[in-house]
Amino acid sequence: MKFVEVLATILAVLLAIALTLLLVGLPVGASMQTLLLGGWQNKFALSRTLVNATPLLLAGLGVIVAWRAGMFSIGGEGQFILGGVAGATVFHLWPGAPVLFILTGTMIGGALWAVLAGWLQIRRGVQLVISTILLNFIALQLLEYVSAGPLKDAKGGVPMSARLPETTMLLRWDRQMDLHAGVLIAAFVAILLSLFLYRTPEGFRLRFVGQNPVAAGVNGLKVTSVQLRAMALSGLLCGLAGGIEYTGMSGQIGGSFSQNWGFLAIPVALIGGLHPLGVVLSALCFGALIAGTDQLSRTGGAQSSMVAIIQGVAMLLVISIAELLRRRQMREAA
Amino acid sequence: MIALILLYSTPIALAAIGEVVNQRAGSLNIALEGTMLGGALTAALVTLSTNNPWLGLLAGVTCGVLIGLLQAVFTLVLALDQVVIGTAINLAALGTTSTIFRAKFGQSGQLLSLPSLPKMGGIDPIVVIMLALIPATLYCIWRTRWGLVLRASGENPEALRASGFHVTRTRLGALVLGSALAGLAGAHLSVGIASSFAENMVAGRGFMALAMVTFGRWSPLYVVLAACLIGGVETLQYRAQTLGLNLPPQLFVSLPYVIALLVLVLLGNGTRQPASLGIPYRRMK
Repeated sequence: MKFVEVLATILAVLLAIALTLLLVGLPVGASMQTLLLGGWQNKFALSRTLVNATPLLLAGLGVIVAWRAGMFSIGGEGQFILGGVAGATVFHLWPGAPVLFILTGTMIGGALWAVLAGWLQIRRGVQLVISTILLNFIALQLLEYVSAGPLKDAKGGVPMSARLPETTMLLRWDRQMDLHAGVLIAAFVAILLSLFLYRTPEGFRLRFVGQNPVAAGVNGLKVTSVQLRAMALSGLLCGLAGGIEYTGMSGQIGGSFSQNWGFLAIPVALIGGLHPLGVVLSALCFGALIAGTDQLSRTGGAQSSMVAIIQGVAMLLVISIAELLRRRQMREAA
Repeated sequence: MIALILLYSTPIALAAIGEVVNQRAGSLNIALEGTMLGGALTAALVTLSTNNPWLGLLAGVTCGVLIGLLQAVFTLVLALDQVVIGTAINLAALGTTSTIFRAKFGQSGQLLSLPSLPKMGGIDPIVVIMLALIPATLYCIWRTRWGLVLRASGENPEALRASGFHVTRTRLGALVLGSALAGLAGAHLSVGIASSFAENMVAGRGFMALAMVTFGRWSPLYVVLAACLIGGVETLQYRAQTLGLNLPPQLFVSLPYVIALLVLVLLGNGTRQPASLGIPYRRMK
């Protein structure tokens, strides 16, 4: 990504925030200050920012892998949920399971859900956009069913699964804060994925197939099997995002397990330029924005749903600007 | 019973008929969900303030047209990816409607009660409009010059341009028509069926309409029949509760999605899909 594009992206996000504040009728200057700086001002706010950024980052990395391979999946939400369901099932079957074992379960759950959608597109010609959306809804109903039925905590009255014991949960350094070791896992995975995409033959194949499937096919690559593997990896990452949320934050699953993390990860990935390191920055940025919005809603006026508007508008602006820059470049080259 | 099934099927059917026209012209409107949501809230608010459900429906259609025009700037003028733009509009629409609703009616949203549409001889007028649209769109798509241009734009836009027609203008007309019907579908959901509004009340019906377009093989008649299948399951869901069937409610809620998916798996996309569907049109110089 060139400097101009980075600068344009930052300006577009700021413009999106300003437009959204105008739309909902909040004072732009003062609110913008809270939104942008609120997530960084003290260690508690910083902890919220990092904890919000973690599922966004992991699911955002999942989005990158699929989209880079030319699979425009919007199934991150369903895979995130399946991750949680799979993790809670592992815990239900084996209450003494170590956390690594549970996380492996969450990755398998997410990967299977994604491979199903990939397989439907490749073998049966079902458009990925439609199948992933339908699978998202089915996953949500499955989540509500298991947390009210088979996985329900026998002792509790609410439809939630049994709580993980403290020893199984991911490490927390300070009992007053939500900050957990999952933040480090997410950062580590981002570095690994960056190496995978740009330093391994499989990463090259994946990007080649996404960029030009015809050329990739002519050069002897099995396009569909590369895409199917990309879907598996994408689902694995989204499932892990759910797993980290389960073992790091919630400790149990219920109907509101996913706060739309899988959906919100799509704009995060796009605004991060579909590059792992760009997504790290974009996830931090939106993690802070969510923390800032929470602050603003406590002092009155703002709603947590505002973040979705900002993301939608930012997404429109960022890709439009990228397109306009690209056109200008082509004109200059011509 | 049949009247009930038709009533519950109408929002999905209306959106799906509009999307048939739009997809025949070659574009994919992923933003149907957000457009319906916008139509639903606008219709509810206008009905509430004017106490006239007809004005509410009109406002819902207007909102749909505006969202369609907004989308056209990005997908037709800038020729950006339709899935990405649709997803962004859905996100923004969900955020905007929730924010406005919470700001006006509080976090939980007190129960909003709207005056209902007058029935024409016991039948919901929007259901009649939906049914009338089936022969109307069938005729227009297959028997008029407009329909021919529309289909050419979806099959081979370059050929259409070579014959002296304007591809972008054709697609714009189809997108605006589709979005208007999606706005009406949302308005019918809030003003016509629920007499209320709730956050995210469209609950996937826009996406379901998209799936039904593929299921119904891009034909208004089959698409409406497909939508009735979904409406039928929804009716069954309310009936099962009164009949005392002891099945998990999540099963019924997820059934339409499972059926839609299974049907697509069995049918595949087939060869009926417009050849240039979803491919942004950039005029070659």
